[in-house]
Amino acid sequence: MAEVRAEMSANVWKVLVKPGDTVSDGDTLVILESMKMEIPVIAEEDGTISEMKVNEGDVIDEDDVIAIIA
Amino acid sequence: MALLARIPRVMPRPLPPVESRIVMESLLVANRGEIARRIIRSANELGIRTIAVYSDADADLPFVREATQAVSIGGAAPADSYLNVDAVMTAIESTGAQALHPGYGFLSENADFAQRVIDAGVIWVGPSPTAMREMGDKIAARNRMQAAGVPVAPGTTEPVPDVGAALIAANEIGYPVMVKAAAGGGGIGMSAAHDDVELATAYETAKTRAQRFFSDPSILLEKFVPRARHIEVQILGLADGTVVALGERDCSVQRRHQKVAEESPSPAIDADTRADLLAAAVKAGEAVDYRNAGTVEMLFDLDTGDSWFLEMNTRLQVEHPVTEMVTGLDLVAEQLRIASGEDVSFDPKSVPTASGHAIELRVYAEDPKRFLPGPGAIKEWVEPSGEGVRVDSGYGPDNVVTPFYDPLLAKLIVHGADREQALSRARSAVEGFTVVGPKNNLPFFIELLGNEEFASGNYDTGLINRMRS
Repeated sequence: MAEVRAEMSANVWKVLVKPGDTVSDGDTLVILESMKMEIPVIAEEDGTISEMKVNEGDVIDEDDVIAIIA
Repeated sequence: MALLARIPRVMPRPLPPVESRIVMESLLVANRGEIARRIIRSANELGIRTIAVYSDADADLPFVREATQAVSIGGAAPADSYLNVDAVMTAIESTGAQALHPGYGFLSENADFAQRVIDAGVIWVGPSPTAMREMGDKIAARNRMQAAGVPVAPGTTEPVPDVGAALIAANEIGYPVMVKAAAGGGGIGMSAAHDDVELATAYETAKTRAQRFFSDPSILLEKFVPRARHIEVQILGLADGTVVALGERDCSVQRRHQKVAEESPSPAIDADTRADLLAAAVKAGEAVDYRNAGTVEMLFDLDTGDSWFLEMNTRLQVEHPVTEMVTGLDLVAEQLRIASGEDVSFDPKSVPTASGHAIELRVYAEDPKRFLPGPGAIKEWVEPSGEGVRVDSGYGPDNVVTPFYDPLLAKLIVHGADREQALSRARSAVEGFTVVGPKNNLPFFIELLGNEEFASGNYDTGLINRMRS
C-alpha cells in the first residue's frame, strides 16, 4: 500500500481517477494548481486506487495524503 | 493589519480635457504583493492618498499596511478578488478614488475593465483601451506592427483553428516553430515544436491552456529562434503624444519561458543594434498612439543578427526597476504624471540614457532545482542592503506565502558602475538575503552568478535548460 502525498500546498484542480481504478507507474492521478502553475501528481507504482482523499477545489497542505494505492 | 480612517465618498466626476493639468489626489492600486507596495511607495512620496485593495489571503501583507486606506475585496481565489471587476469598481466608489493603477497581471491588460474605470470618471494609469486592444491580441499586434514597418518573425496572420491548419502553417514557416496563445502571457501555453509530432502535442496543450487561463483558445505559430536573446525596450508615451524609449532590458534568463533575471544594458548588442531596437519600439508605440508606460518585447537572433517584434505589454513591467536603476527615473511617478496630463520629470528632447549596469533577480517561492512552487509560512526574512542594492519585496517576517498567486516574493536589484561590479554586488546581496520557510530560488542565483556563460554575458534563452541538463 502506498500513500501519495502532496509536495506543496496547492489547490486541487482536477481529480482524474476514482477508487477502484487500476493505475500504472507514471499515470497522472490529480492535477494540483499552485502559484499559477499546474502540477500533475503521478503514480509511482502499479496498483488499484483504494482511496481518494481529495476533491476538486480542495486546498491542501504540503504532505497531505492525496490518494492511497493498494 | 492597520485599519484606516474612513474617507467620505466622493461622487465620480467626468475626466477633465487632456489639455488641462490636474494634480492627482487619490490612487487605488488594483494589485497585490511587491508591485502594489512599489506603486504605493511612489504615490505616497508624491503626496497622493493611496488605497489598497486586498483579498482575504493578503490581509497581513505589507502593501495593505502601507497604503493610506485599505479595502477588502473578496476571497483568496483571484476570480473572487483581484480579477473581480465588480468588486474593484465597488471599492473605487466607496473610497472616491480619483485614479486607478492596475500594476501588472490581473486586470492590467483588460481593455474592458480600463474602459469601465474611465467611464466611471476615474483616471486609468495606463494606455487607452484602444491601444490595449490593438496590442492585447498577439496576432492582431503582429499584423499591426508589420503594417507599421516594425519587423515581425515569420508566422501566422490569423488564429490557427485546428491541428491540420497548424501542420500546414508550420511547414510553410519551417520548423522549428513556437506555438503560443494569442491572448497569452507569462509563457503559459507556449512551447517549441521541431516536427509534426511535437507540433500536434504543442498545439493541443496550448489550446487547452489558452482557453483555461485566458478564456480565448486562439493559437499563433511563429518561427522559433534557437539561439536568441529576449530584449525589450521600455517606452513612455507622454501626455502630449510624444513616444520616447528609455533603453533596453535583456531578459534572456528564463525557465518555462518565464523571466528569472534581467539586466540593462544588454551585453549582447552593440550601439547600432541598440539604436535600431529603440527606434523600432518608438515606431511601435507611435503606431497605436501609445500613452503611459509600455514595453516592446523583441527577439534578437544571435545567429543572424535579426531582431523581431514579439509583443507589447501595455502596462508597467515586473522588471521595470532595472531601467530605473540605470536611468535614475521613477517610472511609477512618471506614469502618474502622464496620467494626470502633467510633464514628465525629464526633458523629452534629451532622454536619460543608461549609466552603469543593473541586474534584477526574481526571488521566487520555488525550489532551486526543479523550480516547482513551494509556498509556506515565512519564519525568517532578512533583506540585504548596501551600495547599489534595492529590494522590492511583497512579504516580510511572519507573512504567509499562499498558493493562490504567482511565486514572486521579492525582486533583488543591484546597480554597479559596470557589469562586473553589478555581478559582484549581486553575489554579496544574494548571500545577504535570508528567507526561511517557503522554498526559494536564492541558491539558484548563487549558481547563476557563478555560471561562466552568464558571467561572460554571452548567453541565450536556453541558459537555464543547459544548467539543468
